[in-house]
Amino acid sequence: MALDNAKSNGFKFVGTRPDRPDGVDKVTGRAKFGADMTAPGMLHGAILRSPHAHARINKIDTSAAEAMKGVKAVVTRKDFATDVHFESGLNGETWNVLENVMAGEKVLYDGHALAAVAATSALIARDAIKLVRVDYDLLDHVTDVDKAMEKDAPVIREGAADKSVPDGFHPNVVRYHESGHGDVDEGFSKADLVIEDSFKTEATHQGYIEPHACLGSLGNDGKGDLWCTTQGHWYAQKMCAALLNLETSQLRVTASEIGGGFGGKTTVFIEPVALALSRKANKPVKIVMSRSEVFRSTGPTSSTSMDVKIGMKKDGTITAASGVFRLQGGAFPGAPAEFTAMCAFAPYALENVRQIGYDVMANRPKQAAYRAPGSPMAAFAVESVIDDLCKALGLDPIEVRLKNASHKGTKASFGPRFEDIGLIETLEAAKAHDHYSTPLKDGQGRGISCGFWFNHGGETAVSLALSEDGTAQISVGTPDIGGSRASMALMAAEELGIPYEHIRCTIADTATLGYNEISHGSRVTYASGLATIKAAKDVVHKLCKRAAQKWDIPEDAVKWEDGCAVPSGANAGDFDPLPLHKITANMGATGGPIVGHFEATPEGAGVSFATHIVDAEVDHATGKTKIVRYTVVQDAGKAIHPTYVEGQYQGGAAQGIGWALNEEYIYGDDGRLQNAGFLDYRIPLASDLPMIDTVIVEVANPGHPYGVRGVGETSICPPLAAIANAVSAAAGIRMKQLPMSPPRIVAALKSLKDG
Amino acid sequence: MKYHSPDSFHAAAEISANAPGSTRFLAGGTDVLVQLRSDIFTPDNLIDIKNIEGAKAINRSANGDWNIGAAVSGAEMNENEELKSEWPGIVEAVDLIGSTQIQGRATLVGNLCNGSPAADTVPALIAADASVAVQSPNGERIMKVADVPRSPGKTNFQKGDVVKNVIVPAKKNKSSDAYLRFIPRTEMDIAVVGCGVWLQLSADGFIVSARISLGAVAPTVFKVDSAADILIGKQLDDDTLHKLAATASAACNPITDRRGTVEYRTHIAGVLAERTAKIAYQRAGV
Ligand SMILES: Cc1cc2nc3c(=O)[nH]c(=O)nc-3n(C[C@H](O)[C@H](O)[C@H](O)COP(=O)(O)OP(=O)(O)OC[C@H]3O[C@@H](n4cnc5c(N)ncnc54)[C@H](O)[C@@H]3O)c2cc1C
Repeated sequence: MALDNAKSNGFKFVGTRPDRPDGVDKVTGRAKFGADMTAPGMLHGAILRSPHAHARINKIDTSAAEAMKGVKAVVTRKDFATDVHFESGLNGETWNVLENVMAGEKVLYDGHALAAVAATSALIARDAIKLVRVDYDLLDHVTDVDKAMEKDAPVIREGAADKSVPDGFHPNVVRYHESGHGDVDEGFSKADLVIEDSFKTEATHQGYIEPHACLGSLGNDGKGDLWCTTQGHWYAQKMCAALLNLETSQLRVTASEIGGGFGGKTTVFIEPVALALSRKANKPVKIVMSRSEVFRSTGPTSSTSMDVKIGMKKDGTITAASGVFRLQGGAFPGAPAEFTAMCAFAPYALENVRQIGYDVMANRPKQAAYRAPGSPMAAFAVESVIDDLCKALGLDPIEVRLKNASHKGTKASFGPRFEDIGLIETLEAAKAHDHYSTPLKDGQGRGISCGFWFNHGGETAVSLALSEDGTAQISVGTPDIGGSRASMALMAAEELGIPYEHIRCTIADTATLGYNEISHGSRVTYASGLATIKAAKDVVHKLCKRAAQKWDIPEDAVKWEDGCAVPSGANAGDFDPLPLHKITANMGATGGPIVGHFEATPEGAGVSFATHIVDAEVDHATGKTKIVRYTVVQDAGKAIHPTYVEGQYQGGAAQGIGWALNEEYIYGDDGRLQNAGFLDYRIPLASDLPMIDTVIVEVANPGHPYGVRGVGETSICPPLAAIANAVSAAAGIRMKQLPMSPPRIVAALKSLKDG
Repeated sequence: MKYHSPDSFHAAAEISANAPGSTRFLAGGTDVLVQLRSDIFTPDNLIDIKNIEGAKAINRSANGDWNIGAAVSGAEMNENEELKSEWPGIVEAVDLIGSTQIQGRATLVGNLCNGSPAADTVPALIAADASVAVQSPNGERIMKVADVPRSPGKTNFQKGDVVKNVIVPAKKNKSSDAYLRFIPRTEMDIAVVGCGVWLQLSADGFIVSARISLGAVAPTVFKVDSAADILIGKQLDDDTLHKLAATASAACNPITDRRGTVEYRTHIAGVLAERTAKIAYQRAGV
């Protein structure tokens, strides 16, 4: 989609780095996060969770809990909608969410909710939940992706596989994806060297610092309010309404300030439960998850098992590539196997390419999106093999990637042709970066990787209202998870010609705007940004009209310049520029409030690529890795607020370092999660990280008025691979399993020594 | 739950001996309160020892021994330059606990009495041959730190026992100590293995006396005499270090859990024994 009025230079506000609008609120504690909301008469909810990985529920006896003093309501599955039906694959996603929110006939993983209590205090609720008696029949369980596909693996749910799955697979394989083009066998036959290898990655959690929290109020009249920490309150509205059999519009949802989401807050967990309890108790009910509940019951990303085969000529040309990607997504369909497959080879212009993805169920929590869902793991497998090919053929890893890089017009591995993209530019910038030419110290290794993410548009509605004093307020529907309020204000300032500081951007509730898709898919600065620009243009149009009326000249004889209406040319008449605040001062009398708005589903999100360079050091005696230098180079299209863009780059790298080195879901033989806390689920600490250098490349996205591409997700695509390549080089052995924790590295070094 | 704030250790011991139900002493609370808040253990009686006179004091006996009060925090130990220079290993062990906030509360005694096999200060205290002064309703006694741990989460104290202070011997000539732990990250973690070493050297740099203690590789922190014996009469040449590592590894009896496997812990115990001994040796030499 090419846009009219596209702007690519001469920016006054865009590209500057003003203070963040939410900064003071956050450092003073004034910002209201999910758990900060209270209401008069409020009750506290607590949820009973399964201690078993897989069990049939014979009976839930809630009588003792109900009898406890202070307990006002107890709910189980029967208190939720009964007209939501099971269907295969993602066709039954509403049922899948319901089943995850409150178990029906079986508990499917350690942490699966099966009853909830509302009481007058959080402590009473916590104690009351212990009085709920459950009679279980334990069933066999499986948590490993490869084992879940084996013939004798326990079946999580018969009939969950959709039509895409070919015959002969275990019922736990619920969705299948295959794509590509050319003839890979012929391609491999042309190669001078073919390497095929297998890789595994463990599930990791998004690790947001703010646990899920909400306050729900629902009456028997079907009218309700919900306050919650979420990446998408319209989705929460729709889902809660469906799960509780309400009319969507009767439930108003307000998103709180959000303490991180990274994809993990794109669905509902406790929200429908709080509302169900509220409906039963006739009081507002607040639920706040503990950290252990967050780990046990909310979405980590998928674990994977992958096979990749790549053929290369002596000059570095890739002749063919193929991959099989198996993703474990918990006890429900939805593991993003198709994304893993589609992203795997996207950076490369290939004549022959084939990729297969399997969505596999196991007795683990329902996976949730995590920053570029599925893509980082694909890059880990693919870029490890490319690295081995480069080493074996004595080729420079950046040169090889440049030689094969996708560019404008390339037929992507997943089908369409690329429009303007910036992969080559990121590779060139990486090659030119001082990091790449700095010699390594003894014992260090360097790794390179490219990464790819699609980015997304989605349903978007924005409104922009002017105040009498000439300031502006923007209402957007996309929770601010990465600094979007600052970017919206900058884009509006650019269009309106008034200072950034005169604009306040608010995340509106569901009653205020039309449907807004979740803040996901790196869509916000792109889509809400596009809508903000359009809404501002709508306002400018209305302002010009007021000036035309005042001057008594035709509308098209007025244009907008530097925050003022001015005559469009000499023939239009001779009038002094009319500043915005002069028009708004008496807008009530000249036609009423001036408000602009825009609603659409923009489709020109513009894919994005990155190249990362990593230096790592490995202590061979202990297997401990230190990342000593890290550089992120990524195409932002146009960086609206460069500091935030750099923050996204650094954040992706930091989370990637955790995923690559120490983060993992550890299950015992009993199928229980062993490390449901930040002590033993090891995200990197500030002291674990080097300064992460960033380079912003700008290849304008033709689908956005200023050229913006989403930047939030691509930054986590290359790290696993780049770090694995660096660590493998430093350790002297290819590391094929994540995380590359110290015990794994020591074991690998020992196997090398033992031959 | 009942909160008590006695004004003497004797009163604390009496409350603990006579109170119905379970009791916990509240020193820094960084174990007790965490267990309470996360619904792991809620005692019937919480006996705060922080308001007892002398509980927050660090002083020396006439013979030069150090007395570190039961409520002295890690930060307070770290600020005592004299203690730090005599027992750098103990102070670096306590300094490893938690963050700045935790340092303001966490105590040696709490670390010991919590009974964790991975407690950071315990190997350092055992290597230092430290003791504790224990008050009970019938009187006071001295107990070696090495005799305190019983099993994970359990100590050899009786109901009614309360620790008044830790006693660390005066520094001997040409001696020093060191403590190292292995964690996968740089901080805020529980030891996968911990190792405390104390060495005394002759004038010409030969080891005349040694104590080594390992944490997190057995049901309790323990003293590894076999590894210490390797060092006697030696300097830290490669061969000695090798034997030290092998002996330390051989003494391990760890478990596989989310923090490490049996093989890994056993291997790391050897690596740490070597590395810790080198630091202690170098410190003792100056
Ligand atoms: C964020 C965080 C990080 C941590 N990091 C580490 C770490 O790196 N290494 C480590 O080893 N530990 C760590 N811990 C655990 C804890 O901080 C230490 O064990 C600390 O030393 C406990 O001391 P305390 O004074 O807080 O003990 P408290 O919690 O007050 O008490 C602990 C136990 O000791 C008993 N007790 C207390 N005083 C007496 C007394 N006078 N007589 C008899 N019994 C007594 C109590 O009954 C209780 O059982 C960490 C804890 C947190 C919360």
